[in-house]
Amino acid sequence: MGMTMGEKILARASGKDLVKPGEIITAKVDLCMSNDGTTHLNIDIFENQLKAEKVFDPKKVIFIVDHNVPSESAKTAQVHKKMRIFAQKHDIPFYEGTGVCHQIMIEDFVVPGQLVIAADSHTCSYGGLGAFGTGVGCTDFTSVMHTGEIWLMVPETLKFEIEGSFKAGVYARDLILKIIGDIGANGANYKIMEFGGPAVKKFTVDDRVVLCNMAVEAGAKTGLVEPDQIAIDYVTARGRHDMNLFTSDVDAVYEKTYQYNLDELEPMIAIPHCVDDVVGVTQIGEVKIDQGFIGSCNNGRIEELRAAAQILQGKKIDPYVKLLISPASKAVYLEALAEGLIDIFVESGAMVLNPNCSVCWGSCQGVIGEGETLISTGTRNFKGRAGHPNSSVYLASAATVAASALTGRITDPRGFVV
Amino acid sequence: MKEAFKGRVWKLGDDIDTDIIIPTQFLALKTVEDMKKYAFNPLRPELAAQIEPGDIIVAGKNFGCGSSREQAPEILAALKISCIIAKSYARIFYRNAFNNGLLLLENNELYDCCSEGDQVSVQLENSQVLLGEKSFEVASIPTDLLQMVEAGGLVPFMRKRNGK
Repeated sequence: MGMTMGEKILARASGKDLVKPGEIITAKVDLCMSNDGTTHLNIDIFENQLKAEKVFDPKKVIFIVDHNVPSESAKTAQVHKKMRIFAQKHDIPFYEGTGVCHQIMIEDFVVPGQLVIAADSHTCSYGGLGAFGTGVGCTDFTSVMHTGEIWLMVPETLKFEIEGSFKAGVYARDLILKIIGDIGANGANYKIMEFGGPAVKKFTVDDRVVLCNMAVEAGAKTGLVEPDQIAIDYVTARGRHDMNLFTSDVDAVYEKTYQYNLDELEPMIAIPHCVDDVVGVTQIGEVKIDQGFIGSCNNGRIEELRAAAQILQGKKIDPYVKLLISPASKAVYLEALAEGLIDIFVESGAMVLNPNCSVCWGSCQGVIGEGETLISTGTRNFKGRAGHPNSSVYLASAATVAASALTGRITDPRGFVV
Repeated sequence: MKEAFKGRVWKLGDDIDTDIIIPTQFLALKTVEDMKKYAFNPLRPELAAQIEPGDIIVAGKNFGCGSSREQAPEILAALKISCIIAKSYARIFYRNAFNNGLLLLENNELYDCCSEGDQVSVQLENSQVLLGEKSFEVASIPTDLLQMVEAGGLVPFMRKRNGK
């Protein structure tokens, strides 16, 4: 009986030849990362409660300030200061304001086959490169940062076989919203979501990350795509050559297999207040918006910015709507500048923000008020996620957000793209 | 860990996410004691003040879905909720809850049979929850996890074990 790629990664990390779902393993962690959402808590536990002195390996512990940057209050400035001092003391990689943590990890650290633990739920993004990333809380993280190990249960794997190709105006973002809408917010609870099939083999790393990143919104422990030449080229172009290419055996056991055909997919919208409450854009009816947001670890990369720019080029956004755009990292920002996308955004009336979690995190930028409606490329639309408890968040692709910002109501982007 | 205890039920629905348990804007507050006043704020702003030590939360499926913020189980532990009984939990929340000394029990039927304000009685030694005459089975929790809950979570448990 064969193994899935997720099982193979966990077997390697725990020094075993074979692991099976349900088995509890102690695994060695290749990388761990924490951001300013909770790192101050880790440092408290590490220094004051565990009275630990050293991190397990200073090259493998990464701190990234991305949730409230630049700081909007003295309290968050204090959190950042605490991280900066700890990072200097322990000589670990430290980033502040350079991008959303997962995008930085993908650009600068992750390679196929790794096990990565981070104190953030969207750590499952690294499956886009064929690495097993999963999120934990700050207590588990502190233990990992100290020992380099974690106990994990080996999950069952669900397979998603994707064929066909996207119609103009439809993107990986629409596919993952469609899948979560179908299987539900706990449809993959505890499991691995493995995305494959002829369509995914042609996906760029950006699109693979879009799928894996939102696996947690279906409850999954991680999302994975088999690493191939596209993944290898991505990491080797960034100077990383040492990797393990794990793929699933032909006789691997999946709990269930789902089939999707991209030819049949339309732009999708998750309506308030659950990520799995998903409808096609043609069923949405008249929904007026107050703000649009393009960015986040799910949808702030160059391809999404290009899709938005294609729609916004030469046009002006609705005068009563704000459109906020935050490239996911410094590298994405520079690429967008070089391609002239930032000019298009600014001329259309959008506000271009520094790379950070921004509106998706609902605390430091673009917080919305009572009764307001946001359409966002962020990861979640929970009640109050973007500000006032009585506000609404709709999730959609960057193209749908851009088209909606032009008209002031949720709009099918297919009328705007060729 | 007390092997048997009673508590008053607060009933919440499906998919109670971590942004509902503690919204982002309150995460920068200095202490858990400051934060706990805002538990469930977007859903039921009055609830945190009404919860008394020993009360029990009964919820539907996927309790604790969303972010990895550990403040979510921390504030529920600080409100001295004696346990949560839900149909199912999100995995990150599940680990975080035990790591913070918060007991989670799983049962599929209780939610549909109980009403808010009911008294339920939890018997850990035989993995039962009683509501009036009816009894509901919960999966048994391993002894070391119960000891961790009793110690107040993973870190106090490790310190106790190491004699620090």
